[in-house]
Amino acid sequence: MATPGRLTRDQVAHVADLARLTLTEEELELFTGQLAEILDHAADVASLDLTGVAPTAHALAVTNVLRADQVQPCLDRQEVLRAAPSVEDERFRVPRILGEAP
Amino acid sequence: MSGTGPGPAAELAGEVRRGGRRAVDVLDEHLAAIDARDHEIHAFNLVTRDEARAQAEAVDARVARGDDPGPLAGVPVALKDNLCTRGLPTTCSSRILAGWCPPYDATVVTRLRDAGAVMVGKTNMDEFAMGSSTENSATGPTRNPHDTGRVPGGSSGGSAAAVAAGFAPLALGSDTGGSIRQPAALCGVVGMKPTYGTVSRYGLVAFASSLDQIGPFARSVADAALLFDVIGGHDPADSTSLNRPTPRVLSVVDEGVDGMTVGVLTELLDGVDPEVAARTHQAAEALAAAGARIEEVSVPEVLLGLSAYYLIAPAEASSNLARYDGVRFGLRVDAEDTVAMNTATRSAGFGAEVKRRIMLGTYALSAGYMDAYYNQALRVRTRILEGFAAAYRRCDVLLGPTTPTTAFALGEKVDDPMTMYRSDICTIPTNLAGHPAISVPFGASADGLPIGVQVLAPALAESTLFRVAAVVEAAAPAPVPATGAGS
Repeated sequence: MATPGRLTRDQVAHVADLARLTLTEEELELFTGQLAEILDHAADVASLDLTGVAPTAHALAVTNVLRADQVQPCLDRQEVLRAAPSVEDERFRVPRILGEAP
Repeated sequence: MSGTGPGPAAELAGEVRRGGRRAVDVLDEHLAAIDARDHEIHAFNLVTRDEARAQAEAVDARVARGDDPGPLAGVPVALKDNLCTRGLPTTCSSRILAGWCPPYDATVVTRLRDAGAVMVGKTNMDEFAMGSSTENSATGPTRNPHDTGRVPGGSSGGSAAAVAAGFAPLALGSDTGGSIRQPAALCGVVGMKPTYGTVSRYGLVAFASSLDQIGPFARSVADAALLFDVIGGHDPADSTSLNRPTPRVLSVVDEGVDGMTVGVLTELLDGVDPEVAARTHQAAEALAAAGARIEEVSVPEVLLGLSAYYLIAPAEASSNLARYDGVRFGLRVDAEDTVAMNTATRSAGFGAEVKRRIMLGTYALSAGYMDAYYNQALRVRTRILEGFAAAYRRCDVLLGPTTPTTAFALGEKVDDPMTMYRSDICTIPTNLAGHPAISVPFGASADGLPIGVQVLAPALAESTLFRVAAVVEAAAPAPVPATGAGS
């Protein structure tokens, strides 16, 4: 498989935005170099021909784990809400949500 | 018989169960040790004195009534600070969770309490378990009790240091790429990573969910076996928990290795310090003397483990850590709208290594790169599993060093991520395979730093693993005292 080109500063800025992180100019510079170095090392994996090899997401996967459909106690609502930074009418309160499609 | 008898934790529990010692006195001795030295070591983020005293008093009351408080009666246990404790701060050594008190206990915490253990505190760690030195902590680094100028390893460095320094005979950590075994080796204690799915992850704050596993730290193999037996077993609250019998290990730990085949895994010795490598060969000789057949085994796929891990773990982390958005728990940095609040909160709350891994994972999963990096790493994981499977057709267990070097100096690697990542090179393959492994202290370097020997076994072969570990332990040179005199 072809290895993607070396990571650029613009790509790191884009990834930070996707990950909801703001970086200073110094951080952007530092992380670009460090992440590029890590990805250079990963070229040993990225460059292999592994056609036909199935991916493994879980080494010991278990599937369709369902519990019996019986009512069980759950977390205490007030205790959960006490951990929140802001609460109103038994709900988590957030600032205005702007820029989203209606 | 090949073992070294009951460990210090088992002996303590025995005395408390017989009424020979009170749990509160045991607790006081350990709190005194913490008070005397933890200002220098910083193993703990929080010492839970009042809660520990209440647990110890409850144990003593049960003994007085003639009840059996359980196999860990009155034994102080330290908990890594990514294990949820209801009503008690659980920070993951991160600013983003400072002051957060979980509304529930991790399953392992419940099992410890049911076994009569006394939980003394929450131990320092690399933030969200991302690191190999416990320097990536918002509460400051933990120091190695053997030499306070050196790191204890990581990410469970606080738990390893707490056991090494005598603050608690037992501790729990979590191991995603070596975070129990590597600090155990660097601090001269036993540390074990169980088969994926044998210990419930319910209440373990997630880092990389397909790799994370909780496991024991102890001062002896038998004590690690005792603790593994307490925390292991199916839990319906964790959907990845294996619903099949978990091996019970304490009862078989002394059964020896006669007739077993032990493979010395050559790839794990690649580029390792000669002093460290020599200890693996010495342990192999001891196993041969105890009746095992020794072979050299090569699993070349293991060499791809480091790269595969540093794509898979960050990818999973980037998804898991999306939950820290300032809405439901933890830090919030206010801003004019929700996206700006999310971003401001995360930027202020996460440290540099966590940001690095979130970005690495986000990139490895992003459009155009997912096939080249993440999916490719998952295929390498298949190859590693196949490589191990071939080795285990010939061998019962594999043997190698736990770490490439002894404990390194504080500050030596923290500014160079790729160099730091190489500290995990001997431990990572086990996590990718979901297998169990254990680090056993085996002598020291010329400058007095502990060295660990690692035993690896196939999935669910914990019984074999512990039997081999006990023989290695019995042959180990006398342990070095953790006095900090080396600094």
